[in-house]
Amino acid sequence: MACRIIVITSGKGGVGKTTTTANLAVALANEGYRVVAIDGDVGLRNLDVIMGLENRIVYTLVDVIEGTCRLNQAMIRDKRTENLYMIPTAQSRTKDAVSAEQMLDICGQLRKEFDFVLIDSPAGIEAGFRNAAAGADEALVVTTPEVSAVRDADRIIGLLESMEKAPISLIINRIKPDMVKRGDMLSTEDVLDILAVDLIGVVPDDESVVTSSNKGEPLTFSNSSRATKAFLNIAKRICGNEVPFMDLSDDQKGFFSSLKRIFGN
Amino acid sequence: MFDFLKNLFSGEKSGDVAKERLQLVLIHDRNDIAPEKLEALKVDMVSLLKKYLEIDEMGIRMELERRNKSVALVADIPLKSSQRQIRGRKKNG
Repeated sequence: MACRIIVITSGKGGVGKTTTTANLAVALANEGYRVVAIDGDVGLRNLDVIMGLENRIVYTLVDVIEGTCRLNQAMIRDKRTENLYMIPTAQSRTKDAVSAEQMLDICGQLRKEFDFVLIDSPAGIEAGFRNAAAGADEALVVTTPEVSAVRDADRIIGLLESMEKAPISLIINRIKPDMVKRGDMLSTEDVLDILAVDLIGVVPDDESVVTSSNKGEPLTFSNSSRATKAFLNIAKRICGNEVPFMDLSDDQKGFFSSLKRIFGN
Repeated sequence: MFDFLKNLFSGEKSGDVAKERLQLVLIHDRNDIAPEKLEALKVDMVSLLKKYLEIDEMGIRMELERRNKSVALVADIPLKSSQRQIRGRKKNG
């Protein structure tokens, strides 16, 4: 299949870009595709720790660009699954260590060897984001159901459109179904109403995301939580499969659910 | 539980408040005109208005203003006081 290069971005920091990148990379590799995940956040790298590959770094993307090593020397193979690689970036450098042209060149080389190249973008709308997005064809925008995150998502969608990335799909992360039910959180429909962009997944807020990052084991390796299911579904949709959206309303933590449980209804 | 009761009595859900605020802030964000553009608009508008009115070019103020449920382009364009009025005032004073 023709390689697809996808940048995972958000504008606002801390909404789950890196977690999404790691989980989708693993899920796509488990589907049998050849996948490489690139850390595009020079100076604040984190994809390595989220994937649990931090102890295996020898060379980084910046070393490749500076000619210190070949591209395949910087690719860390994830031994937990077939066909999954991660390219770390440099921690002790600044954003200008990788230019848009250099990123484009690296992506061009990877295109020949992989089905999917996922690029974890830094937060922000400046050079770091632009360079990370330079080599991508498509974009996944991650947001949470909060005013600040949705506002930044709107800004980043505008920028991605002007960069002619397509398709641009939205992931709503960390939604709390019981809060939505109470009317105390923006719902999926609210966010879509405002952003007018294609939805590709809704990931419920889940403690398993924290424990998996503690251990450096992306959920999609084996976990069976609802967040895991949500990430697996997104991976399937990326591959063009029609997967119905999970019904999150049967959440057992809601007030009415507690009442129902108490009264045995 | 307290939040639940508060919601029940206040009627307004914080989710709705969030949506409303977002919609407003985004109208503003999306229509954010660069200062140079606003300045060029001002120049064009002045040249048009000058055909019909005597305006005080130094006193023009133009900006995007957030209204209750929308954003408006608000232009404050003072007219030059006409000679006749000034003469009249002099006479009285």
